[in-house]
Amino acid sequence: MIEVNRLSKSFDDKNILNDISAQFYQGKTNLIIGSSGTGKSVFLKNIVGLIEPDEGEVLFDGRKFTRADENVKADIRREIGMLFQGGALFDSKNVEQNIMFPLDVLTDMPKGEKLDRVNHCLERVGMAGINTKMPSEISGGMKKRVGIARAIVNDSKYLFCDEPNSGLDPQTSIRIDNLIHDITEELNITTIVVTHDMNSVMEIGDSIVFLYKGKKLWEGNNDSIFDSDCEELQDFIFANKLMRAVKKNRG
Amino acid sequence: MRSFGRFTLFLSSMFVRRESFMTYVRLVIEESIKIGFNSILLVGIVSTFIGAVTTLQTAYNLVSPFIPSYVISLVVRDMTLLELAPTVMAIVYAGKVGSNIAGELGTMRITEQIDALEVMGINAASYLVLPKIIASLITYPMLVVVSAFLSLVGGYLAGSLAGVITPTEFVYGIRYEFIPFNITFALTKAYVFAFLVAAISAYKGFYTKGGALEVGVASTSAVTNSCIAILCADFLLTKLML
Repeated sequence: MIEVNRLSKSFDDKNILNDISAQFYQGKTNLIIGSSGTGKSVFLKNIVGLIEPDEGEVLFDGRKFTRADENVKADIRREIGMLFQGGALFDSKNVEQNIMFPLDVLTDMPKGEKLDRVNHCLERVGMAGINTKMPSEISGGMKKRVGIARAIVNDSKYLFCDEPNSGLDPQTSIRIDNLIHDITEELNITTIVVTHDMNSVMEIGDSIVFLYKGKKLWEGNNDSIFDSDCEELQDFIFANKLMRAVKKNRG
Repeated sequence: MRSFGRFTLFLSSMFVRRESFMTYVRLVIEESIKIGFNSILLVGIVSTFIGAVTTLQTAYNLVSPFIPSYVISLVVRDMTLLELAPTVMAIVYAGKVGSNIAGELGTMRITEQIDALEVMGINAASYLVLPKIIASLITYPMLVVVSAFLSLVGGYLAGSLAGVITPTEFVYGIRYEFIPFNITFALTKAYVFAFLVAAISAYKGFYTKGGALEVGVASTSAVTNSCIAILCADFLLTKLML
C-alpha cells in the first residue's frame, strides 16, 4: 500500500497541490483523475520522487520515502516500475535491450535468465517476437505495452502509469487498461494510474481519487462515482455527450 | 553566478549513487566511439586543409629573400601546435560533438527517458553524463594529435605541390629549434577544452525544458557557450603557461 499524507507542492508562488492525503491499495488499480492542468501528473511525480514535495510525506508499505536517505530511496525505487505518457523507451536500444535494461543495471542476473524474463514479459503484454525492433519501428500502442513490460520485468511491487491512453484509439486504450488491470491482480502489486479518460474510470477504477485545482475533492470507486454529490466531479464525468446519454438512461 | 552554481552542483551530482565500474567501462567505450572515432573524418579534412592553407599564406607573406624557406614550415608547425590543432579543432569539436551531446540529452529529457532512469533508481547525471566527459577527455587529445599530424602533412603536400617550399626544406623547418614543451601546452589545452565542451553541452542538454524547439535552442546554446568558454580558457592558459 502507498500512503500520501498532507502533500503540498508549489512552483514559484503558484500552489499546484494543496494538502492532499490519499491511500492506494495493493492488488487494486488506483486511479487519479481530474481535468487537464489540475495537478495529476505533478502529484504522481511527487509520489515517485521525481519532484520533492514542499510539505507532507509518502510511505511505501510503511517505509518513509519523502526526504528519506538516498540509499533507502534507491532501495524503494528498485521496486518501482513506471509507464510514461510516451512510453519513454530508450531510442538507442531495441525492444529487448529496453526491457532488459533494469535487469542489466540493477541486478547481476545471468544473461540467459534475463533473456527468459524479457521474453516472458513480452509474451505477457502480447508482444512476443518483436525483440529486435527499435522503438521508432513500433506503434504508440506497442510502445506502451513494451513500457509496461519494462516496468514489471524487475518484479516491481509498485506500478505507476502516467496517462497510459494518451494518443491511443479507444480500442487500444481499453486493451492497455485491461492489461494494466490484469497485471495488477495477477502480480498483486499496487498500481496507480493517472488518467482523464472516463472509459478507463469505468473499466478499471477499483479505487479513484478525484483532484480539482490541486485539491482532493472526492474518493471512491467506479461503482459509486455516479452517485457522488461532488459538483465538480459530476461536471468532469458528464462533460461529454456519451456520458450525458448514460446519465439519461440511468434516469 | 546562479548558473555557475547550478553547473557546479550538476557536476558534483555525477559522483553520488554511481553504477558499477564495468558499467562505466562499457559506456565510456561506446561514447568514445561516438564522440572520438566518428569525428576523425571531419577533424582529418579540416586539419589537412588548414595546414595546406596556412603553408600557402605564410609563403605568400614571407616574400623577403633574406628569410630562408624553411621558416614557412617552422611557422606552420608552431601555429599548428600552439593554436590550430588544439583551439580551432575545439571549435569544430564543439560544433559537432557539443551539439550532439546537448541534442541527445535534451531529447531524452523531453521524452521522459531521463525521468525513466531516475524512477529506476539510477543517477541519470552519473549514468549519462560522466561517461561522455570521460570519453571526451580520452578522445579529444588523441584527435588533437591526429589533427596536428595531418595539418603538417597538408602543409607539406601543399607546399611541395605549389612549389613554395621543397620537401627537404619543409622537413628541416618543422624540426628546426623544436620546443617539446609546445606539445605539453597543446595537450593541456586539449584536456581543458575536452572537459569544457562535454560538460557545458551535457549541462545545457540535461536541463532542457519544453519541446523540440527547446532542444534546438539547447544545442545552439551548448555550441555558443562552449566556444566562449574555449576562447576564455585559451587566453588564460596562454597567459599562464607561455
